[in-house]
Amino acid sequence: MKPFRIIYRSIRDSFKSVLRNFSLSMASIICTTITLILVALAIIVTVNVNYVTKTMEEELTIVAYANKETTSDEINEIETKIKNISGVKEVVYKSKEEWRVEMKNNSPTLKVTLDYLESNPLLDSFVITVEDVEDLAPTARLIREIEHIESASYGEGMVEEIIGVFNIIKTVTIAIVIALVVVTAFLISNTIKLTIFSRRSEIEIMRLVGSSNISIKLPFVFEGFLLGLVGSFIPIIITVYGYIIAYEKLGGTVSFGVIELVNPMPFVLYTSIVLVVIGSVVGMIGSARAVRKYLKI
Amino acid sequence: MKFIQIKNCYKVYKNGVTAIADLSLDINKGEFVFVIGASGSGKSTLIKMLYREEKPTKGIVEIGGINVGKIRNRTVYKLRRKLGIVFQDFKLLPKLTVYENVAFALECIGMKSSEIRPKVLKALEHVGLKEKVRSFPNELSGGEQQRVCIARAIVNDPKLLICDEPTGNLDPKTSQEIMNVLDDINKNLGTTIIMATHDKDIVNKMKKRVITLDSGVLFEDHEKGSFKISETI
Repeated sequence: MKPFRIIYRSIRDSFKSVLRNFSLSMASIICTTITLILVALAIIVTVNVNYVTKTMEEELTIVAYANKETTSDEINEIETKIKNISGVKEVVYKSKEEWRVEMKNNSPTLKVTLDYLESNPLLDSFVITVEDVEDLAPTARLIREIEHIESASYGEGMVEEIIGVFNIIKTVTIAIVIALVVVTAFLISNTIKLTIFSRRSEIEIMRLVGSSNISIKLPFVFEGFLLGLVGSFIPIIITVYGYIIAYEKLGGTVSFGVIELVNPMPFVLYTSIVLVVIGSVVGMIGSARAVRKYLKI
Repeated sequence: MKFIQIKNCYKVYKNGVTAIADLSLDINKGEFVFVIGASGSGKSTLIKMLYREEKPTKGIVEIGGINVGKIRNRTVYKLRRKLGIVFQDFKLLPKLTVYENVAFALECIGMKSSEIRPKVLKALEHVGLKEKVRSFPNELSGGEQQRVCIARAIVNDPKLLICDEPTGNLDPKTSQEIMNVLDDINKNLGTTIIMATHDKDIVNKMKKRVITLDSGVLFEDHEKGSFKISETI
């Protein structure tokens, strides 16, 4: 079959020309390696930063207190009403009795005070977590409107500030990754362009002896794929081993256990796939575009 | 039988230079034709139009009934597969062996390896280079490199061989050897050969049809002509 023969020969020739143009191939591979290492680092930092902000955000809750005279039926009603608000993830009820026991256990001073009082001065409460932290304020407002609710707060002011900072961090880190990927694409395709520039006479000869454009392009596209693929090996090794070792050495946390790191599995696998895809796809596209320049289409 | 027909052909380059003006020619099957003329006379443009590296601005260039000027860039390769082209600078791939260079032309068109081998060896035998199959171009003399180029051009059994100053870089003795190879191909394989040249001795010796161009215009067309540029132009 002719098409298969052309594809087979293109693959064979791409291997041959990587070896025959060894120094240029090495230049492309090294360039790919270095830029992909940077991309890998950026991905690791970004994913971890996002992970930290996400876990911190999950800890942000609304605390709502019911009126002093609320009956247990009314408590159930309130709980259902809160659960029915869209965006509410979880509602945890804590009775005033539970509060009293907990406070007494926590502080001897409070124990004396609370024992002295005849009735329980505390209020029944609900701890509400929401799906999206952006919904904290509107949800708190809706809860306040429910009958028998004394108050509902989520750390107004401070929470908005934290969320604002987190959003900036997320945007900046993702922007850095995208910028790096673009730079990588540019660098890799430029190096491959140089490789092909030095072989423009080869393309000219191919055209003169009657190669169709596609059969001229194919070996170069495979070659670009190969260079990108080989160029992503070292970054992948660094990512997999580097991250696993660092994770184990640090015990999974940074800054005295305050910041938790993303578990290496399957994170390193996904990162490796991203690196291979960036390397090989950019290699292919870069060389296809560079060859196009020397083809009369 | 008319194999190549050029009718009222003009070629004006983008910079305004008229390379070919109102050229009309007929070349029969199996002919050996020299195209001569001073530098800038339009020889190379004519040759390039034949293998469709350039398109005529006006007029018709027909090879074997196909209007070459109408071929789209995308499908030029179909024409090239039916032609053999020999260049002054050989245009061999330096990193391929002699065998691979010749086989390259057949691999490009997707021929089976089992069919390629006998064809390549036959072509190399024709030019007398069968024992050099494993050499690389830089290990060969100029004449040998040109013979590899000719082998590559004839390996696909083309009906037309276009030669753009094939002896331009060679000494007289080697040039004569190359001409013997070309003459042999013309006589034994029946291939039509069009050769642009500057080489006075060769043209005079071969006694073939000579087309003389002057500033893109057909100046003379002689059966068994000789090299007359210096006297006439």
